Amino acid sequence: MTSTEGRPLRLLVLVVVLAGLVLPILAGLWETARAAFGILPAIGAETVSVVPWRQLLSQPGFGTSLMLTLWTGFASTLLALLLAAGFAAAMHERFGPRDGARIIAPFLATPHAALAIGLAFLIAPSGWIARLLSPWATGWDLPPDIATVHDGMGLALILGLLVKEVPFFLLVILAALSQLPARRHLRAARALGYGRGVAWIKVLGPQVYPLIRLPVYVVLSFALSVVDMAIILGPSNPPVLSVAVTRWFLAADTTLILPASAAALVQSGVVILGIALWWGAERAIIGIGRVWIRRGGRGLSAEPGIMAAGGVTLLLMALGAAAIVALMLWSLAWRWSFPQPLPESWSLGAWMRPGAGWGAALGDTLAIGLAATALSLVLAVAWLEGEDRAHMPRARWAEAMIYLPLLVPQIAFLYGLNVAFLRLGLSGNMGAVIWAHALFVFPYVMIALSDPWRALDPKLLRAAAALGAGPARRLFAVKLPILLRPILTAAAIGFAVSVAQYLPTLFIGAGRVATLTTEAVTLSSGSDRRVTGVYAVLQAALPFAAYLAALTLPTLLQRNRAGLSGGVA
Amino acid sequence: MTGLELKSVSIRAETSPEPLFPPLSFTVPRGTVTTIVGPSGIGKSTLMDFIGGHLPRGFRAAGVVALDGRDVTRLPAEARRIGILFQGAALFPHLSVGDNLAFGLAPHVRGREARRAAVKAALDHADLPGFADRDPATLSGGQRARAALMRTLLAEPCALLLDEPFSALDPSLRNDLREFVFSHVRDRAIPTLMVTHDEADAGAAGGPVIAL
Repeated sequence: MTSTEGRPLRLLVLVVVLAGLVLPILAGLWETARAAFGILPAIGAETVSVVPWRQLLSQPGFGTSLMLTLWTGFASTLLALLLAAGFAAAMHERFGPRDGARIIAPFLATPHAALAIGLAFLIAPSGWIARLLSPWATGWDLPPDIATVHDGMGLALILGLLVKEVPFFLLVILAALSQLPARRHLRAARALGYGRGVAWIKVLGPQVYPLIRLPVYVVLSFALSVVDMAIILGPSNPPVLSVAVTRWFLAADTTLILPASAAALVQSGVVILGIALWWGAERAIIGIGRVWIRRGGRGLSAEPGIMAAGGVTLLLMALGAAAIVALMLWSLAWRWSFPQPLPESWSLGAWMRPGAGWGAALGDTLAIGLAATALSLVLAVAWLEGEDRAHMPRARWAEAMIYLPLLVPQIAFLYGLNVAFLRLGLSGNMGAVIWAHALFVFPYVMIALSDPWRALDPKLLRAAAALGAGPARRLFAVKLPILLRPILTAAAIGFAVSVAQYLPTLFIGAGRVATLTTEAVTLSSGSDRRVTGVYAVLQAALPFAAYLAALTLPTLLQRNRAGLSGGVA
Repeated sequence: MTGLELKSVSIRAETSPEPLFPPLSFTVPRGTVTTIVGPSGIGKSTLMDFIGGHLPRGFRAAGVVALDGRDVTRLPAEARRIGILFQGAALFPHLSVGDNLAFGLAPHVRGREARRAAVKAALDHADLPGFADRDPATLSGGQRARAALMRTLLAEPCALLLDEPFSALDPSLRNDLREFVFSHVRDRAIPTLMVTHDEADAGAAGGPVIAL
């Protein structure tokens, strides 16, 4: 066999990925950059100038927004990484990777917006926690006047990011650990006199980190540029930079689009600089760490820190679960006055009126999610099959291309992409929104499917080939059926990613496409928690339904095939 | 009593009332090697795990492990001062060969120069001169095993467990390495317990052989 086998397929995949994924990002960045320097014909701006930058610098609160962005982004990412590592150190010997994934999956499935709204319901001055504690413990008969949500320091936003990112880091850490002889190395270190905690820091940490570096950068980029969660939980005046940019882009005063574009470029600069800083810190820590390891200190004292990290992580998970319960309670509440611990009367009212808006939003969310997932899945399978046929490992640039949409901040190119779509007459079109969603769904589908795909026993394929099955029959009659479970899991992950998207719908939909997420974020600033609750519950329920389907369908379809139930999933 | 002492040690899986093997009682005097042989799956490695303080979840053990008269059964692995040499050596891939040894070197050796000198001496002694900056992945099986022994000895263990340390090596290398390991054990008067399924290992050790 030669590497020319499957070349047409690989070329086709490459062209589709370049034209479908890379080109829109570059075009979006290009249009954003043009607008940042004064060129946006759609609003009659046609001369190159630096005026947008001057306007940006004179925007009230710009400096504060920038500082808030750096603070919330770095604090949440660093803290999430430390907590997840501590939790993994405390717990990983107690459960296998599959148990871990089972506990973590619900947190990954819940969209940021739904979780943020639930958290706000929980920790707001008039939220569920205050109601449970009042008046017997706090003495409050009215909601107190303290900012527990939208606080100026961004603490609520950091908390929200932690609830989402700690489980994500845990998942990637557990996956990395499963590739290492972790137990042997821990035993070796402990036999040399190192306590469990120190052994983790000196032996497993340095081996795990290189395996999770890209996901760490993805989280850092996300935390530095998140919009939906920052609108719901973050500081409001001034907000973090990404929220400020979104507001300027959508302001009634269209001249703000130019400084907004400049700010969007700043936002990409912040992310690039942030990742560079993080990378520099990695280098420094590696250098210092080596000297520290050489000194041979056994230090038995890291144990309390690890136990504390484990405890805080459990607390975050409990908060996340309580947030979802709070959403459900409010969506079913009729009368619930402060400080009653539970609603005084219940009603299905909000649920009985799909015509009031959530019916249409649900339909659009489903349509976009299913279409974007199906497209991404086909492309991912074609990509992996192309790799198989060429017998080639994935090149680094190809891996980088997959991660590109996750590393470039959305706000930096989505408005520019919409400008490009406007020119092509695609803006506000359902197809364009699906395309924009697929930009972010595809990387996750690809990441989720790659490992199980490669883990497939090559002997089965050789056996099929020896029986006369050609490449197509090997793909459709052997690979896809055997990989049904991981394929459905990847699809569920992709669907969850689509359901959670906010900015792509907002910008590319040009206000004409509304999903559960865009509606929920808009409603979250309103006062009717019952309606908001319905949207958020639906938003959280869709990914769960998808995961449930991914779990149960293979069991139903392949119920007499015990050899398929474990292993590869 | 000096040496490594086991008193009525028995281990069973949590799911089964039957112990893996009948209760064991024996003493390994300093500077000698006792060998445990038995078919795979009988629990030899689990016994080693128990002695070293690494008993995996899912197992229950009874009995006492004592080291120079001190009961270590309840101590965590890191406080027992029982070194382990694994099959495949388990050198840490993120550290150079020298840093692997420095990782093992007892913390009471202070100062950068002193520590570097101790590592260098150990490498020379193991016939690995100038290997300090090498990536462990570039070492041969025998070199890796010698480096791992040095890492273990630098931690100044009071007892040594050998968990089939020679079985991954070429037969031609095995003899040399056995000789190397056993001579160090005798020189330092360390009580050593070895599990193996290779008769030749047991013969070369020269001490008592216990069949499970």
